[in-house]
Amino acid sequence: MSSKHWHQTLAGLAAAVICVGAAAQKKYDSGADDKEIKIGAIHPYSGPASAYGAIGKAIGAYFDKVNAEGGINGRKVKYIALDDGYNPAKTVEMARKLVEEDEALLVFNPLGTPPNTAIHKYMNQKKVPQLFVATGATKWGDPKNFPWTMGWQPNYQSEAKVFAAHILETKPNAKIAVLYQNDDYGKDYLKGFEDGLGDKAKTMIVSKITYEVTDPTVDSQIVTLKSSGADTFFNITTPKFAAQAIKKAAEVGWKPTHYLNSVSASVGSVMTPAGPENGIGIYTASYIKDPTDPQFQKGKDWDDYVAWFNKYNSSGNINDVNATYGYTVAQGLVQVLKQAGDNLTRENIMKQAASLDITLPRLLPGVNVKTGPDDFYPIEREQLARFDGKTWVLFGKVYGR
Amino acid sequence: MSDSARRSRWFWLALALLAAAALLLPFLVKNYRVFQFNLVLVYAVAILGLNILTGYNGQISLGHGAFYAIGAYTAAILMERAGLPYWATWPLAGVVCFIFGFLMGFPALRLGGHYLAVATLALALAVPQLLKHKAIEAYTGGVQGIVLTKPEPPFTFRFLGQPFNADRWLYFVTLTVAVVMFALAWNLLRGRVGRALIAIRDHPIAAAAMGINLPVFKSTAFGVSAAFTGVAGALGASVIAFVSPDSFTVTLSIFLLVGMVVGGLATIPGALFGALFIQFVPNIADELSKSAPAAIYGVLLIALMYLMPTGVMGFVRTLWLRHGPGAARRPSAGVATTGVPAPPALTKET
Repeated sequence: MSSKHWHQTLAGLAAAVICVGAAAQKKYDSGADDKEIKIGAIHPYSGPASAYGAIGKAIGAYFDKVNAEGGINGRKVKYIALDDGYNPAKTVEMARKLVEEDEALLVFNPLGTPPNTAIHKYMNQKKVPQLFVATGATKWGDPKNFPWTMGWQPNYQSEAKVFAAHILETKPNAKIAVLYQNDDYGKDYLKGFEDGLGDKAKTMIVSKITYEVTDPTVDSQIVTLKSSGADTFFNITTPKFAAQAIKKAAEVGWKPTHYLNSVSASVGSVMTPAGPENGIGIYTASYIKDPTDPQFQKGKDWDDYVAWFNKYNSSGNINDVNATYGYTVAQGLVQVLKQAGDNLTRENIMKQAASLDITLPRLLPGVNVKTGPDDFYPIEREQLARFDGKTWVLFGKVYGR
Repeated sequence: MSDSARRSRWFWLALALLAAAALLLPFLVKNYRVFQFNLVLVYAVAILGLNILTGYNGQISLGHGAFYAIGAYTAAILMERAGLPYWATWPLAGVVCFIFGFLMGFPALRLGGHYLAVATLALALAVPQLLKHKAIEAYTGGVQGIVLTKPEPPFTFRFLGQPFNADRWLYFVTLTVAVVMFALAWNLLRGRVGRALIAIRDHPIAAAAMGINLPVFKSTAFGVSAAFTGVAGALGASVIAFVSPDSFTVTLSIFLLVGMVVGGLATIPGALFGALFIQFVPNIADELSKSAPAAIYGVLLIALMYLMPTGVMGFVRTLWLRHGPGAARRPSAGVATTGVPAPPALTKET
């Protein structure tokens, strides 16, 4: 046999090996094939929490951009967006539709703690990823018991730890008063705060008071907290009560160092009704670039964001931070799918989601997305911000792991 | 052949067809659809309960979601905290809801029409919040609710290539309970009690003059109605396998009312059509538009009520009287469908 033949044979063999190798690498679960990846998502487009529907729409608009630019590893994303109206019973129905009828590869970013609780067990029984859920409860990062569920945004406990760290740095002898909502959300924050203070929690926290979500006001709680003699106040309340607390504290002349949970860090629905002058100096924490903040309305990432918004999401409101959230979380998923390559099994999706170490353009500088086999909390870093009477001004270093 | 014999033959034929369809259905569709039809049966029982009160007795309730919630929570707590088997919780949920409904019936005696509607609306608004109250949080699980385990089938087989799994088992269980509840309602409403309830609705003073004890009948109607809806809630808890306060907002009460009106006031089979409507039409609306699913739903609802002002059963009855057997011999048949509809059997007897 001539050497030319040898070469051809070898080349042919090599090509065959490569082909076999490539074919062996292509692995699919239902919901993925050579052309398409089916992503299911559940958001409230109707009902009491329908403002969050903007997240679902922004995610879809981001996938439109991805598809227009050629898709992910040559596959288009098919986005199936369903409405649960923030009703857990409906969430169950929708999750079952996505898994059993539409056969989506994964269920992406379902929103709210009760809706996610309703499908938690089901998704893990079915071994379908419940990926990057839109809630801050701490229970979503439990890979031992629920390996198919993963959170996204900073959880309540890690945010409370940021506040605790700041207090220990700036005011180690603080006498702290805590007001919290008497449910899992309030208790989650309190636990993180106490863990963050560590051994000093017992001595530093001089007063802890709860309120019920059904209470008309928190006025009497504020008066009691003031009389405890505390000079620092951790305010774990939802928007309506946060506004009441800020206003009442000013009325009774209590001027503690005031930390407000990010749940209520809204200028429009909290600081303005409370009276902006009463809120000057209050601290909160943040991880995402607010589209209304002038300091983030420049640079390439802003130009990209605006271009995307105008082309694909023009029915939305550019001032809505929920659209930024949707844009960012969709980028996170695209990264997971890119990493997964041609191995689009549900197992590999979770494996790739649990090996992220990236930054995303509309997260604050220094805030990253980092996960590991035992770390199912993607975003854990936050930066503190202070209210200047008009807006939240970021300052200092980025806290968290 | 006499008219009534012909009518009864049609009735049994329709019933046999319906039964065959109900038995075959879960093996013809996917698991997820079985789950949806399961919910249809649950809503049908709940709407039937509401219809006993509002359709037959004329007491408007905007708060039946509250009884549904109480039934669901009773079942969930008994299953998860007391370890009772799922089937044992349904009668207990019915009893608990009967008591609550009966008690609610007392203020209802003094409140008529729209005032009663507002009082029951208050109930629907209050119950989800009360369920979160810390005094009972150890039982209710607070805002997080209770995650339940789906009942497993006692045996398995394959039929038409489909496995007999948890969803299909639950479907037949729910179907059995629904049939029992419908039979109970039918027995209750077509006899003396039903006539008394309708008499109270149409003319309370005349009803009292005929010797009907208004307070007893009205509060019992409230209790029975709540018990039906409570059993539905308990079934729903097993089907969804999760209860939480956010599942039972005031929207649920409104949906049950919508289902009743769509199906047809004071009709028993109407509950099934109403249940189909509230289960499937919101999903259709969601598929048509992401921006305003509720508006689409509203438009569909208005269109339906325009086409069938007396509900699906009223429409069916009109068609039957106009085109069914013996239509030619009843020239004035259309008259029966004006005003508040009632089944032909009832109009004849009263």
